[in-house]
Amino acid sequence: MREAAAAVAGLAPASANVELSVRDVHAWYGESHILHGMSFDVPKGEVVTLLGRNGAGKTTTMRAIMGLVRNRKGSIKFGDTDTIAYQPHRIARLGIAYCPEERGIFSSLDVTENLLLPPVVKPGGMDLDEVYALFPRLKERGSSQGTKLSGGEQQMLAIARILRTGASLLLLDEPTEGLAPVIVQHIGEIIRTLKSRGFTVLLVEQNFHFAATVADRHYVVEHGTVIDMIENSQLAANKQKLEGYLGV
Amino acid sequence: MFELIGVPPQVLFGQLLLGLINGAFYALLSLGLAVIFGMLNVINFAHGAQYMLGAFGAWLLLKYTGIPYWGALVIVPLVIGAFGIVLERLFLSRLYHLDHLYGLLLTFGLAIIFEGVARYVFGASGVSYENPIPGGVNLGFMFLPYYRAWVIVFSLAVCLATWFMIERTKLGSYLRAAVERPDLVQAMGINVPLMITLTYGFGVALAALAGVLAAPVYSVTPKIGAEIIIVVFAVVVIGGMGSIMGSVVTGFGLGLVEGLTKVFYPEASNIVIFVIMAIVLVLRPAGLFGTAK
Ligand SMILES: Nc1ncnc2c1ncn2[C@@H]1O[C@H](COP(=O)(O)OP(=O)(O)O)[C@@H](O)[C@H]1O
Ligand SMILES: [Mg+2]
Repeated sequence: MREAAAAVAGLAPASANVELSVRDVHAWYGESHILHGMSFDVPKGEVVTLLGRNGAGKTTTMRAIMGLVRNRKGSIKFGDTDTIAYQPHRIARLGIAYCPEERGIFSSLDVTENLLLPPVVKPGGMDLDEVYALFPRLKERGSSQGTKLSGGEQQMLAIARILRTGASLLLLDEPTEGLAPVIVQHIGEIIRTLKSRGFTVLLVEQNFHFAATVADRHYVVEHGTVIDMIENSQLAANKQKLEGYLGV
Repeated sequence: MFELIGVPPQVLFGQLLLGLINGAFYALLSLGLAVIFGMLNVINFAHGAQYMLGAFGAWLLLKYTGIPYWGALVIVPLVIGAFGIVLERLFLSRLYHLDHLYGLLLTFGLAIIFEGVARYVFGASGVSYENPIPGGVNLGFMFLPYYRAWVIVFSLAVCLATWFMIERTKLGSYLRAAVERPDLVQAMGINVPLMITLTYGFGVALAALAGVLAAPVYSVTPKIGAEIIIVVFAVVVIGGMGSIMGSVVTGFGLGLVEGLTKVFYPEASNIVIFVIMAIVLVLRPAGLFGTAK
C-alpha cells in the first residue's frame, strides 16, 4: 500500500500540459457514495486509461466529468475552467465529448442522423469526409435505423459522431467491450489515429492488453479512487502488480 | 334523388363533414398531447382547459382590442404558449423525477382552476364568436361552408408541418433523440431543459390554436375543454401515446367514424370511440401506432 500512496502523491505528470485535471472528486447516486476523492490528470494529446475492476467507479467518473452525475463535488478543471458546477451541455460546449459504455445509439434516428446529431461546438473538428474515410461502413449504411447496426458498427458510430464536434477531449467508456478481436484491433488503430491528430483521450478499459497498445499512462481505480498510476513504458515491469489490482 | 344505403347523400356527407371537423380538433389536440408526453413524460390533463382558454382568448381579443380572427390565430397561441412556459418553469419542471401520476395530478388541478376561473369570468353559458368567413359552396352532393373547409385544411396543414418538423428536420432529430436519452443529448451540448420547456410551450400553443379554430364552430363555454379532452384521451389511447403520425391519423379517422355512426346508428355516436378504445386496449394495448415498451 505504501507504493500506491507514493504513486498517488506523484500523480501529476510534471512537465506535460494538462488538459483535464480531476482533484478530490466525490460523487453520489442517491444515498450511495460512489467516488471517494478521485484525482488524476490527463495531459494534452495523451491517451490515458482508467483501469479497474467492474464497479470500481470508472463509468461514474466519466459521468461526473460530463456533469451527468449531478451530485458531485471536488474540482474538475478543463484547461482553466472548473466545471464542477456546470450543467452537461455547458461542459460539452467547452470541448469535451463522451462516448458512453452502452454506446447510446438512437433507434428513432437513422445512421446519418445519429452521426450528425452532436452539434459542432468548436472549430477544428473532423469534417464529414474525414469521418467517412475512417469509418466507410457508416456511409454505406447511412439510411439504416441506428440500432439495426451490428455491435461493432454501433461502436464505430458512437465514436465517429463525436469526432466532428471540435471537442479536443474524448471520453471513451469501454469501446472494445464485447467486440470481436478484429474489431478491437480496428478500434485500437482508430484511437492511435486520433492521438496522432492531436485529440486527448480518456479511455476506460478492462482489457489492459488492449490498453497497453494505445495508451501513454494508466490510472488504476478501486473503490471510487485512484490507487496507482503506471506509465505505459513501465507496464511490463509492473505487470504483476497490475494483475493484482485487476484480479486477473 | 338517389339514396345511399337508405340515407340521403346530403345527410351522409353532412355528417361526414362534421366528423372531419371534430376529427380535426381531435388530431390537433392529441398531437399536442403526444408531443408533450414524448418530451416531458407528463400527461397534460390541462390540455382541454388550454384549448378552452384559446377560444376565450380569441373572443377577448376581438371584444377588447378589435383584433379579428386572423390576428387571434397568431397572437392567442403565442400568449397562451408563453403562459404554458411559465407553468412548466414554475410547477411541472419540479415533477420530472417523479412518476407520471404527479404530472397528471398537477395538470388536472390546473385544468379545474382554469375552468373555474373561466366560469367565474364568462359565466357558464359562455359566449359566441362570429364566423370570420361566412357562406359556402354547394358541391351538388352537399353544402360546404367555407369556414369548415378552412378548419379541415388548416388543421391538416398544421399537423403535417408538425410531423415534418419532428421527423424530417435537424431540430426534430434533437427532439427524437432527447425523447430516448435526454442525458446523452444534453452531454452533446444541447440545452435539453430549455428544449423541454419550449416543447411544453409548443404543445400548449397547439391547444390554444385549436381553441381559436373552434371558437366560430362551437359555442364557447368553460366546459368545452373538459368535454373534448375525454374524447381526445381516448383517441390517444387508441392511436398509441407518443406517435405523431398515429395521433393525426387516429384523430381524423375517429372523427369520421363518429360521423358515420351518427348517420347509421345515432344512439351509439357518443360512445363509439370508447367502444373502439376498449377493443383496441384488449387487442393492442400499446395502441394502433404505438410500440410496446
Ligand atoms: N445509477 C446508479 N445508481 C446507483 N448506483 C450505481 C448507479 N450506477 C452505478 N452504480 C454503482 O456505482 C458503482 C460504480 O459503478 P461504475 O462507475 O459503473 O463502475 P465501473 O464503470 O468501474 O464498472 C457500482 O457499485 C455500481 O453498482
Ligand atoms: Mg463501467
